[in-house]
Amino acid sequence: MRLCFAIILAAFFGLFSVSPAIAVEPDEILSDSGLEERAREISLELRCLVCQNQSIDDSNAPLAKDLRVLVRERLKSGDSDREVVDHIVARYGEFVLLRPRFGVHTLILWLGPPLLLVLAIFIMYRAFKRRRAESDAAPPKKLSAAEKKKLEKLLAEK
Amino acid sequence: MISETGHFALILALGTAIVQTILPLWGYYRRDHTLMRVAMPSSVAQCMLLLVAFGALTVAYVTSDFSVENVWQNSHSAKPMLYKISGVWGNHEGSMLLWVLILAAFGASVALFGGNLPRDLRTCVLSVQGSVGAAFLLFIVATSNPFLRLDPIPLDGKGLNPILQDPALAFHPPFLYAGYVGFSLAFSFAIAALITGRIDAAWARWVRPWTLAAWMCLTLGVAMGSWWAYYELGWGGWWFWDPVENASFMPWLAGTALLHSASVMEKRDALKVWTLLLAILTFSLSLMGTFLVRSGVLTSVHAFAVDPARGIFILGIMTFFVGGALALFASRAKLLRQGGIFAPISREGSLVLNNLLLTTACAAVFIGTLYPLALEAVTGDKISVGPPYFDATFGPLMIPLLLVLPLGPFLAWKRGDILGALQRLAFAAALALLATLAAAAIFARGPWLATLGIGLGVWLIAGAISEIAFRIKLLRAPAEESWRRLCNLPRSAFGTAIAHAGVGVMVLGIIGTTAWRHEEILAMKPGEKADVAGYTLEFGGVAPGRGPNYTEVIGVFKVTRAGVETVTLHPSKRLYTAPPQPTSEAGILASWGGDLYTVLGDELEGGAFSVRIYFHPLVRLIWIGAIFMFLGGLMSLMDRRLRVGAPKRARKAPAGAAAAE
Repeated sequence: MRLCFAIILAAFFGLFSVSPAIAVEPDEILSDSGLEERAREISLELRCLVCQNQSIDDSNAPLAKDLRVLVRERLKSGDSDREVVDHIVARYGEFVLLRPRFGVHTLILWLGPPLLLVLAIFIMYRAFKRRRAESDAAPPKKLSAAEKKKLEKLLAEK
Repeated sequence: MISETGHFALILALGTAIVQTILPLWGYYRRDHTLMRVAMPSSVAQCMLLLVAFGALTVAYVTSDFSVENVWQNSHSAKPMLYKISGVWGNHEGSMLLWVLILAAFGASVALFGGNLPRDLRTCVLSVQGSVGAAFLLFIVATSNPFLRLDPIPLDGKGLNPILQDPALAFHPPFLYAGYVGFSLAFSFAIAALITGRIDAAWARWVRPWTLAAWMCLTLGVAMGSWWAYYELGWGGWWFWDPVENASFMPWLAGTALLHSASVMEKRDALKVWTLLLAILTFSLSLMGTFLVRSGVLTSVHAFAVDPARGIFILGIMTFFVGGALALFASRAKLLRQGGIFAPISREGSLVLNNLLLTTACAAVFIGTLYPLALEAVTGDKISVGPPYFDATFGPLMIPLLLVLPLGPFLAWKRGDILGALQRLAFAAALALLATLAAAAIFARGPWLATLGIGLGVWLIAGAISEIAFRIKLLRAPAEESWRRLCNLPRSAFGTAIAHAGVGVMVLGIIGTTAWRHEEILAMKPGEKADVAGYTLEFGGVAPGRGPNYTEVIGVFKVTRAGVETVTLHPSKRLYTAPPQPTSEAGILASWGGDLYTVLGDELEGGAFSVRIYFHPLVRLIWIGAIFMFLGGLMSLMDRRLRVGAPKRARKAPAGAAAAE
């Protein structure tokens, strides 16, 4: 569906035409199922550079196929997962990673949500404390004589 | 001629919207009731005019009038009627027209059915609603006019993108827009409350049904988009954290939070300022969604810069309304009196927690969606933020939310008893534990997190049922009394339970298909067999086929289960004629346990075909859960309180207002 919305966008704007089709082809699959599984996991984290927000595992673009084959070749030659990813980042830049690396340029991206949560909890805590202090400082007013009378009357009715 | 009528109506609607914005507000400040009364007829007139404009465009599409440029660009004479009609909103100009039509319809319904609203509030609401309409109508007339003519008239149209020619997608945009735009009323009510400086429980009572209706439409719209992607795009994914999806998901998250905080305001007169802010934020996110999708900024910052007219215009509208609303909020929110004190452990407290987690989750989606754009604009660095990021940030926020969800309805207002609530949920907890153990036994190889997820889903469903059972004193009172209580239970209680159970159903679907999806990628020759998840599929070769505006290659798969032939699946590859574009249609065998999903790929060497066969366990539950949420909303909307109660309460307010004057 990464593709799908790209397609809606494309359809609305007439930007380019994309065709949905099969991504990983039967001939790409490695005979070693352990390696293949690793290849799939790595593929899900790598972006197809010519597509819109689509991993190479989902994409049927020729470039995505090249990258999938490259990932599998590096794995076969004994690279670790990290080495494979590093190799591809060295060639294509960090843009290729769907999970951006933590660094100065992604501080807000990675720390934003947890910091916001902490901040929101803090604000909530403060608000509760303040409200409690306010309600302690101003205890509910005593009933006036007229109100007392009214209350007694109501109770008597029951 | 019809198109000119539509064009004329569109321009008149712009004029009407401007009148609707200025005169009533002016009247409000001058205390001139005649001017204030303009709001009602003008909003109805604006809606009627837009209906005429929309009708004219629809006629142009239905009759394939290719002298209208918009029709020529997006339609074709050979297209089935359904897609001729859905083509009206399957393009930029038409969809914006639908946008303002829905906006005006919401405004007109306040004018027509809002007789019991305080006069000041109604006037200001309609004025604000009119201003949003005026801004977008100006946008349409200036940059996106759907009624422009062509000369000479082309012989046939260019056609609608075939991927959009699908029943689910035909109705996806109207629901999505009804949701987006429906939140405009919550926004208008919030601004009106800030202008008039008055906000009370009656306000919340008025805002809630509208917000609920918008939320229901958005729920269905998002779910439809997800379902469509699932069966149409050929690999069975249902959510990908695409920026365009996120654009519709953020208002949904904020709108869900708004629904819950408005209920606190309605019942307990608390959280007023927060509810106002949330109403403003929800519609702001809708505007941002419109901007993101309509400006092209998502494709790349550079694509946006190439043709910026439309993008800049919407950005301007967004800045004006969001900035103006927030400035107004900052200066006037202090005037609103805070009410209703409550302990942290209480129904209010649980709804605050709900809001806290939902808004933070919404913020996480916001950051992830916009950060790459911001970074590129500031430093020029390009990074990608994909599903792994959202799984890591959004997911952890949802788990505590879902875990404590069943507790909320069991807590009393003001001060709750958490131990008592847990006791009442003991049965649900036991069921959840049982489900977890059962899942762990069936899927011995894990993943263990998914088995816990199944437990979570059951916990949510059983928790929702427990609430109803508790309220009708099931098994604790004679059956007759329980039955009587069941009949007397307000519909909103059922609504809450159904919607919450829907969340659980959806969780089951998500966990099932994410953790236990099975996939086979094969090169199959005719006559070959494949075994997937207990099914045996025999590939019977391919056959040609043709439809009204496409030709196709259809694969034949005989499916047998335990030796019994169940069905024949026909995944196909289509080639549309106008525009010439291939699509892939999956062959799906649906069942409660899961979907068997087949996709036909290209022909390979030696007569084999590339074939993908998936089994998506429980996947249907994702959308069934969404339908539950929709039905829960509908049930709530039918509650007596919203139909009969609101006028009673609201009628007191004008009396009070008159006394204050």
